[in-house]
Parts: sequence; structure tokens; C-alpha cells
Amino acid sequence: MTVVFKRTKGLKDIPTHYCPGCTHGIIHRLVGEALEELDLLGKAIGVAPVGCSVLAYEYFNCDMHEAAHGRAPAVATGIKRVHPNAAVFTYQGDGDLASIGAAEIVHAAHRGEKITTIFVNNAIYGMTGGQMAPTTLIGQKSTTSPYGRDANHAGMPLKVSEMLATITGAVFVERVAVDTPSNIRKAKKAIKKAFEVQMEGKGFGIVEVLSTCPTNWGLSATEALKWLRENMIPYYPLGNFRTPEEVK
Amino acid sequence: MSKILMKGNEAIAAAAIKGGCKFFFGYPITPQNELPEYMARELQKNGGCFVQAESEVAAINMVYGAAGAGARVMTSSSSPGIALKQEGISYIAGAELPCVIVNISRGGPGLGGIQPAQADYFQNTRGGGNGDYRLLVYAPATLQEAVDLTMEAFDVADYYRNPVIISGDGMIGQMMEPIEFKDIKKRELPKKDWITDGTKGEREPNIINSLALDPAELEKHNIRLQEKYKQMEKNEVRYELYNMENAEVVIVSYGTTSRVVKNAIAALKEEGINVGLIRPITLWPYPMKAFDEIPNTTKALLCVEMSMGQMIDDVKIANKGRLPVHFYGRSGGMVPSPDEIVGKVKEILGGER
Repeated sequence: MTVVFKRTKGLKDIPTHYCPGCTHGIIHRLVGEALEELDLLGKAIGVAPVGCSVLAYEYFNCDMHEAAHGRAPAVATGIKRVHPNAAVFTYQGDGDLASIGAAEIVHAAHRGEKITTIFVNNAIYGMTGGQMAPTTLIGQKSTTSPYGRDANHAGMPLKVSEMLATITGAVFVERVAVDTPSNIRKAKKAIKKAFEVQMEGKGFGIVEVLSTCPTNWGLSATEALKWLRENMIPYYPLGNFRTPEEVK
Repeated sequence: MSKILMKGNEAIAAAAIKGGCKFFFGYPITPQNELPEYMARELQKNGGCFVQAESEVAAINMVYGAAGAGARVMTSSSSPGIALKQEGISYIAGAELPCVIVNISRGGPGLGGIQPAQADYFQNTRGGGNGDYRLLVYAPATLQEAVDLTMEAFDVADYYRNPVIISGDGMIGQMMEPIEFKDIKKRELPKKDWITDGTKGEREPNIINSLALDPAELEKHNIRLQEKYKQMEKNEVRYELYNMENAEVVIVSYGTTSRVVKNAIAALKEEGINVGLIRPITLWPYPMKAFDEIPNTTKALLCVEMSMGQMIDDVKIANKGRLPVHFYGRSGGMVPSPDEIVGKVKEILGGER
């Protein structure tokens, strides 16, 4: 019998703690598959964040380093400078990367740090119980924007990919979503490309992945995917913002 | 090897490289800038790497990554900068990683000033990071001692898998003295089989971590850390006893201030007053046992610091209530003069002489 789908070696054979319907599982798998297919698992050193994916170090089948809230790009910088041939990646949520760790991500990109960042944007703080993130949409209710996010009060949602694409050292910037099989395939391609760019020594690469939070959005898994499509993608357009060819 | 004249900050940097330091991550702050500048010039030549981080917070987290990746790594800063590093220091101590942190301290609180002070005693020995952790803190009084301790600090950090602080003040950083790079006694070090350098498909993944969601597991981790700290207390305490014979007063002082105290002791001797000195070289673990060496002739202790009295609690604990404890301190970057200390000793002995 032909095997058409099997577990990736990039992930350990253990159950994750993620809520039902959360897309972290898909994104983990895409990163694991990308590392396996590029034969990078033995060279990979991942940096796990604070937030929902705080236990990512338990799931990836490669060396992992836990970081403080927002500091993953700095930790990754230290690792990469010691092991320049390693495949170093950070896996960060929107609170981690766009709020408390905004300086670290901007400057890792600015230095052209040869690392890959997987940025999971679900427009809310998940682990701490549904508070407003820098990426929370206008009008979106959260426990700390109970009347809906008001731009006048809390500013506009931060477009991280667009912002990082203005930085010379960020040579690969792409926004993807994991709401449909076709988009998942595109996400995988972008993640692989980001690792390839790193291994070619070209500079900093980031893949922003639009993700869901059924629990804190108060929606079912399928409703959450629909909400992502109808609300997030219009404000956070999918696509490539920067490729190595562009910066040659 | 002949002696060479060097500035404190540069001497510490040179000693670090001789001690095996290959990576340095830092952010400029006065009065320690010559240290990262030296590293920027020299590390690359030695097959290492210097990165000027965007902040002290990033710098200590780069140290965290590099230490986890198995490198001998250092950062340096001065008081408010060390304050910013405390989050990372707590993580490094929690994850049990070796590194060396230099604090060339200045007056505070807040931005304070840029002149030497010892007001970071609490920050260095108690730390501002969260949780139950300890750092080994060396407080050199001369540049030779700074160089010797820095070279050794990397071995000590590796031996215990714990951060080591070199606590100097702006005076130590900025002064010049002749120094000699001597061979240090090497320790037998445990193998670094826990580092994140890629599995190469040859071993199970390594995880560098300070998270333990199970309270029983976290308590177990903390109990193990305490056992390690007890080993440090047993094996790593260092101090100097000076002129203790027949001392009427024993001064407790460290670093730059202890040098001024020695001048005061010489001046008092000429007047027939015997004053001794306990000089802690490790601020943590604190040299409690040095206080057992206090002679019967001693009537009082005097704690002298360039702070408003941060070490006096440790002096009182070590003294166990046996003798009255006095304090003389200057703050804000003011360095006490020998005359001021002579005056204070005479004031203590006043009623009797």
C-alpha cells in the first residue's frame, strides 16, 4: 500500500496541549516537515516563546531553547553566532513578537541575523486568557478591549510583515494563513523558503502565519477559520513582501 | 611574564579572552565602555564574536542563547544596565548556564551619576530577577586581582553551571595599574553534553529551559539549586584579613573602598591605634567565617562602603551580635578619604582614648 501521509520526523510522537481547533498543531507540523524535507533536523536549534506555544520545546524533534517573553530573537542571535551553520529558528506569537519583543525582532531583522522566525498571529493573547494584542482588529472584543478595540484609544492593529519588510536586513518576509488546504500548502512553501534563505546566509527571514484562537474568540473551529478569512485576511493581506531576489 | 600597564576595563576584557571568552554581547554605558570596545577590537581575531546589542535586555538574552549553545560568553554593563539584565540573569540561573557578567558600578538610584559607587551590593548579591537563585560575586580591589578573578571566573561558571559576577566600581574600571597575566589553576570541568548545538542525528534533542509547570518538579529543581549554592558557600568563599593582630576596631570593606581603608589603617598605626580589616573578595558567598578571626582586643566593627550601608546587614549577620557594628559610607560617587575613616575610628574609640 502506498503511504500518502505520515507523521513528520520533525515532531516528537507526543500529544500537544493546544485547544481543540487551534491551528498551532498545523503550523508545528509545517515547520517539522520543512526541517525534515530540507534535512535540517540534525542542524536545527529552535527557540520557544512565552504564550500558548511556550511548550513548543517539547514538540519539535530538535535541540530547543526556551526564551523569556519576547526575547527569542536575541536568544537566537546568541545561538546563531556560536553555531553559524545551524538552522536557528524562533517560534513566536503576536504578544511575544509584536508587543513585548518588538525591539528584539526589529533589531534581529535590522542586523540581518541569519535566523528564521515563525510568527503566529491570531489577533489575541491566548495563553493569558484572551486579552488584547497589538494585532487585535478594530472592533474586536477581548477581555482588555471589552467594548471592541478602539483605534483612538489603542491604536491600529500592527502590521508586522509590512513593518519588517521596510528593513534592509529582512530578506524574506511573507504572510500566509492556515485556513484552507491550499493556503496550508502555500504556508509550507514559505516556511521552507525562509529556512533555505537562512541556510544560504542571505539574512533574516520571517513567515507570519494567520492562525485561529477558537477558545478566546468564542467560536467553533470552523467558525474560527471563517472569521480568520473574513476579518483577518482583509486587514492582513496574504503574500510575499520581500524575497532575496528583490534585495540583490 | 613582565608586567604591563593597563586600564581596568581593558584589563578585565583581556583577562576574559585569556580565560577562554569567545563571545561578548553588550550595550554601551559609562563607566565600562572600554570593555566592550576592547572586545570589539580583539574577539574576532581570537575566532570569537562581538555583537553590540540593541539594549541590555537583548544583550543578556544573547548571552543566554550563546551560553546554552555551549560558548564561553560574557557581558558587561554598569548599574542601571545591570538592572535591565536582571530578567535574563534569572533565566540563565534558572536554566543553569555558565556565563560571566561584569558590573562596573556607578552611583544611583535611577540614572544616578557616572562616578564610582558600591550601591549595587544588593543588586549583585541578591539580584533583581525573580525566584530563588544565587550568583557568585567577586569584588576585586586591584586590577591584578580583577584580572586573576576574571580569568578564573569562566572555569568557576562552567564548574557550577552558574553565572559569575565581577563586581568592580567605576574606579576599578577607569584606573590604570601594572598587571601580569599569570597562568591560573585549571579546574576539572564537567562535559558540556547538555548544550544546544544540533543533534546531528546522533542523540536525543537537548532542551535549555527554566519552565516547570508542575510545582513539585519546580520545588525539586529549587532544592537542587540550593544544594549547588551550598557547595559554592563551602568551596568558593574568599576574603583577606589585614592587620588583625591586637586590632581595637575591625573594619569591613571591599573593592576600591578597602584600599582607602588600608591607608587609614596605616595612618592610625602611626598614632598607636591598631585597626584591622576584613576584606570580602566574594560578596556572595559572604565570608561569614572571616568574622571568627576577630581578636579579643576588638571593641567594635566598622563597615565602610561607597553606599548608604548595603553591606551592613551581612556584617551584622556574620558578627552574630558579638560586637557593636558602626557604619561609615559615602554615596553618589563620592569616595571616602583616609582622613574621614581615621576620624570615624577615633569617634568610635572616643570615649576610651
